[in-house]
Amino acid sequence: MTPSKTSLSKQRRACKSFRADSAYHATGIAICLFFLAPFVITFLASFRHGTEARLAPLPPWPTNGISIDSYLSLDTFGAGIWQHTINSLLVSVATVVLTVAVSLLAGYGFSRYRFPLKNVLFVLIIATLMIPFQSILTPLFIILAKLGLNNSLLGLTLVYVTLQLPFSIFMMRNAFDAVPKEIEEAARIDGARDLKLLVRVLLPLVLPGVATVAIFAFLNAWNEFLAALILLSSNEKYTLPVLMMAVRAGRLGAVNWGAVQAGVAVMTVPCLIVFLLLQRYYMRGLMAGAVK
Amino acid sequence: MTGSGSKTQSAQRRRRRRSGWRGLVYIAPAMALVILFFVMPVIFTGWMSLHNWPLMGGTRWIGFKNYVRMFHDARFMSALQFTAYYTVIVTIAIFAVAFPLAIFVEKQRRFVSAYRTIIFLPVVVGLATASLLWVWLANVDSGFIGPALKALGLVDKSPNLLATFDSAFLTIIIMVVWKIAGFTMIILLTGLQAIPSELTEAARIDGAGRWQRFRHLTLPLMRKTIALALIISVTGSILAFDQFYIMTAGGPQNRMISVVYYIFNQSFVSFNLGYGAALSIALLAILVAISIVQLWLLRVGEERP
Repeated sequence: MTPSKTSLSKQRRACKSFRADSAYHATGIAICLFFLAPFVITFLASFRHGTEARLAPLPPWPTNGISIDSYLSLDTFGAGIWQHTINSLLVSVATVVLTVAVSLLAGYGFSRYRFPLKNVLFVLIIATLMIPFQSILTPLFIILAKLGLNNSLLGLTLVYVTLQLPFSIFMMRNAFDAVPKEIEEAARIDGARDLKLLVRVLLPLVLPGVATVAIFAFLNAWNEFLAALILLSSNEKYTLPVLMMAVRAGRLGAVNWGAVQAGVAVMTVPCLIVFLLLQRYYMRGLMAGAVK
Repeated sequence: MTGSGSKTQSAQRRRRRRSGWRGLVYIAPAMALVILFFVMPVIFTGWMSLHNWPLMGGTRWIGFKNYVRMFHDARFMSALQFTAYYTVIVTIAIFAVAFPLAIFVEKQRRFVSAYRTIIFLPVVVGLATASLLWVWLANVDSGFIGPALKALGLVDKSPNLLATFDSAFLTIIIMVVWKIAGFTMIILLTGLQAIPSELTEAARIDGAGRWQRFRHLTLPLMRKTIALALIISVTGSILAFDQFYIMTAGGPQNRMISVVYYIFNQSFVSFNLGYGAALSIALLAILVAISIVQLWLLRVGEERP
């Protein structure tokens, strides 16, 4: 009698925990729906026929067969979607490469060398985080013009790299601090010096830090809007977010919502892919920033 | 002996000095960029703010007149007011959503990491992209929200969400919460997970209810994390621009002009570069003041863990 009673109560408890579990996951699915729905609706809607583009997405999926009309109409804006995607990619990839190179060197310098004003300079770099770049856009515009870099993707890239530096140098200095000095000494004895030592021996050891720096540089450069809006003035130089303002403004008072959906898809997909592939490194960066 | 000692000492010093220069070489590119594209522009902004500085033609020194003008500029004051209002409301909204979410995904169980990832997804797309997405969703005829409400029979006619201040403001708040809540959730999650489980367990055994545990244990222990999340949310909201520019173009009756938007208008639409610089300095001062409060808050948090 006793065993059957305990098994019964066990069963009841299992039943209760199953119910609690179901409630938990039902809530979880509802939450996920809210956060996923805008993406899903846009992606699906962007493959509807051109004639459907201005209709409400009910249902959001294409009912008359899949079509790339929206992407074709997006291509008629500015200098064509390829040009602007390439602009965005060029700026983002160049920002990644330069940010990694500059912060790798600086992180190494701050971690391994002693030099006059070291702490002052480090604090100066980190302190730029306090100052919003939105407040220095006018002088940036003028300085870039003086350097002959106004309305150029290179100028925009240099600004983005500078904005990434405080976080990146902080990350890279910590990464180098975590590498034991003995490894470096052993490599030195084997005849590796300076840049060779840095690239051949130390770079593989700080690669996780590099991944974190790179992913943040990419996402920020790819997504940035205000600086690009101000610093780029000719049509064919626009990055994707600036191009989308022309799409958003529409023609003759009519907005081509199909092109808007397609543009959102083009801008979103690379971010999501980069994040999902390198999530671990992204979260590391976030934690480092939060703990700091 | 003393001679050899001083010799090694001077050799050491020489080596240190040489290594000193080498260290500077490593940080030189970073310093060059920071000075050229950050320090100089900040100083230049201060300099410009003391001038009448049109786009074309000569600049003229006018001392602090730009700042005097700023204090009498009703539109700037209303931009400040609107930005403060937006910052308070959006921060409350983000916390009201992110805190329960952080508690929801705290325990390690099945699918939790998938939930975390999905909630975080909107964080990695740009604010401009998100604004564009939601301006379509909120569109009266071609969007999703209004027509869906109508299809469900909740309203007779699809509402034009971006046409009135209140509904446009609400739409933007929901968009920003959708975009940012995952970020705040992760920050709060790090704080939640740092609380030793023995403590909550002990409180439970002592008979503390769920709310009591949250109020008297979790909240005080998360002080530092909450302060950090709060500061990130506040500074981010003060600098808001993309959502107002893209979604409402300044909003019904120009009532959604944030501070950055107003600076943008003064500097790059009206080309009052000097006045724009003075406004920028004001914005900069506000942000630096908040950063100082942040450091102070975080330090206080350290003293009383």
